[in-house]
Amino acid sequence: MRCRESGFDKIPGGVSRRDFLKVCTATAVYMGLPASFGPKIAAAATTAKKRPPVIWLSGQECTGCTETLLRATHPTVEHLILDLIALDYSETLNTGAGHQAEEYRAKSIEENKGKFILVVEGSIPVKDGGIYCKVAGKPVLEILKETAPKAAAVVAIGSCAAWGGVPSAGPNPTGATPAYKILEGTGIPVINIPGCPPNGYNFLSTVLYYVTFKKLPELDEKLRPKFAYGRLLHENCERRPHFDAGRFAEQFGDEGHRMGYCLYKLGCKGPETFNNCSTLRFNDMGTWPVNTGHPCFGCSEEGVGFNIPLHTPAEVKNITPSAVQTPITVDHGGGGSTGAVALAAGVAGAAIGAGIVALKKIDQTEKKQD
Amino acid sequence: MKIKRRDFLKGAAGCGVLAAVGQPANAEAKKKERLPGALGFLYDSTLCIGCQACMVGCKKANEMPVESSDLLPIWENPRDLSAKTLNVIKKFESGTGTNKDQETDGFAFVKRQCMHCVDPGCVSACPVSAMRKNPDTGVVTYNKDACIGCRYCQIACPFNIPKFQWDSAFPQIVKCQLCSHLLPKGEIPACCSSCPTGATVFGPTSELMAEAQRRQQMEPGKYYDYPVSSLDSGKNFSQKAASYVPQIYGENEVGGTQVLMLAGVPFSKLGLPELPEKSYASTAETIQHTIYKGMIAPIVVLAGLYYFVNRSQKDKD
Repeated sequence: MRCRESGFDKIPGGVSRRDFLKVCTATAVYMGLPASFGPKIAAAATTAKKRPPVIWLSGQECTGCTETLLRATHPTVEHLILDLIALDYSETLNTGAGHQAEEYRAKSIEENKGKFILVVEGSIPVKDGGIYCKVAGKPVLEILKETAPKAAAVVAIGSCAAWGGVPSAGPNPTGATPAYKILEGTGIPVINIPGCPPNGYNFLSTVLYYVTFKKLPELDEKLRPKFAYGRLLHENCERRPHFDAGRFAEQFGDEGHRMGYCLYKLGCKGPETFNNCSTLRFNDMGTWPVNTGHPCFGCSEEGVGFNIPLHTPAEVKNITPSAVQTPITVDHGGGGSTGAVALAAGVAGAAIGAGIVALKKIDQTEKKQD
Repeated sequence: MKIKRRDFLKGAAGCGVLAAVGQPANAEAKKKERLPGALGFLYDSTLCIGCQACMVGCKKANEMPVESSDLLPIWENPRDLSAKTLNVIKKFESGTGTNKDQETDGFAFVKRQCMHCVDPGCVSACPVSAMRKNPDTGVVTYNKDACIGCRYCQIACPFNIPKFQWDSAFPQIVKCQLCSHLLPKGEIPACCSSCPTGATVFGPTSELMAEAQRRQQMEPGKYYDYPVSSLDSGKNFSQKAASYVPQIYGENEVGGTQVLMLAGVPFSKLGLPELPEKSYASTAETIQHTIYKGMIAPIVVLAGLYYFVNRSQKDKD
């Protein structure tokens, strides 16, 4: 019914109307919007005169972010990402190559000035004039600085682009810098979607939000969309009851590990990582590191992933009570230490002695007076 | 000037006699009644599931620091009330500890915080009126600016509630003040608003007493409606009535408290002391007020002392 009303006659080939609406509704739900926004998003995506153009720049990266987006099959999102948005330039997915691709990028940027979304994947090296990462003989640093002012918004996908990620780990030989730092002070809106890789739907939801409402979603102080990065992993983790009850896997493969106990002691960074992996999960099959038995290593959290050793216990944020209550009577302190008792006994002894001496003296003086 | 031992003892005995003689029989302080606007809450141990949401709510509302007592400091788990914890849920366990609200082979929860006594010992003992009982709501509050740090309130409290910041350079007394900062805003204490089962419900003490009496009359095993958060919240929670011990803790203990408690196991098992009906404050005040009534006794004692000192002075001369 809704499909007919909305009149999706321009739905891209290879995707059924039902599947298309499903994806749009799913993205609405991920963003915390009512499911009724699904058709609205679908309408925005299809009825726009021109699909929103996207230029996808790559810096120092592993292409994992692109890959994870392509692996989303909810259903066949690669069709949607290619047809829903006009991906005019992406080094991984370009059909053309070399000068042809570069020319097309320049053409698209000129044509869609102020309208296209610029996606940055990977960190930008700034040391020695940014010579450590070049595309078509030009440092990515320059490409970004040229392109960003013409974009409607910049989406920094992945931890590398959002806060530096792997390339920025000490000693950071290339001076790897996140996109928002390079664009600081220019007034160009930047949205960070950190993760290594981030969930493809977090990216898709952000882009569709922008396409639908023509504004950025609500961001936190680290420029991350709040709908995805507003809560700690720990708060919605399926192993959380074990944490509260004090049941931990002590090492890989032990009894606790096989029982599905909490992975905190194995170094899980869930208690300090803000992300939605524990609810959204990956690969459209409900998987994420923790349910495979591996602790979260905080890939999306600045200063945690690639910075704190994998098996170092996390610093727990939002500390809550354990599921175990304190008993009715509690021993306070452990009694005096031997030294303290000896000292107290000595002082008491001295006081008694002094008292006896004083009494004797009083007695003597009285006798004298009498 | 020297006082002979014998004379000194004589004088001391004389003073004692004078003080005893000077005690009028009718000076006993009147038993304090609950204020008409007394506020408090009813804690029903049988409804408590031990989730500790009230502890979290309390910490948030009062901006109290996290207190972790384990080797692994990852939980907020105070062992007892402390300078960092105004409210704590404790667990009674016996035998196998499998049956809720059962004395043998069972377990039960108890919530500990200030009971907001009708006649509070801490208020009576405080020499500088840092501890006060609100004349309207009866809530016992603490004023850090008046406090001199004598900690008499700690000794005077029969429930061992006021805690002292031993590790602070400018220490304060810490105790539950029934979220006095929230009440004027029309909000209710955080422990009540955060309780999911209605085990802690806020309301005027008179109505809480009626509610407690209603629960005492319930037939164990039957389903009844229990109010959640506060008596007038309109939210109800249907629950099977437990078999309560026939006592409303706080009805008469030390002259009554504004916080009332119900439980399925004897209160002594839950660490709540068995207390006389007469408040310690009224006993202490009777003695104090009698001694100083009209300043007669002190004047007589002073006169006696003066006499003996004077006489021994003459002896020496």
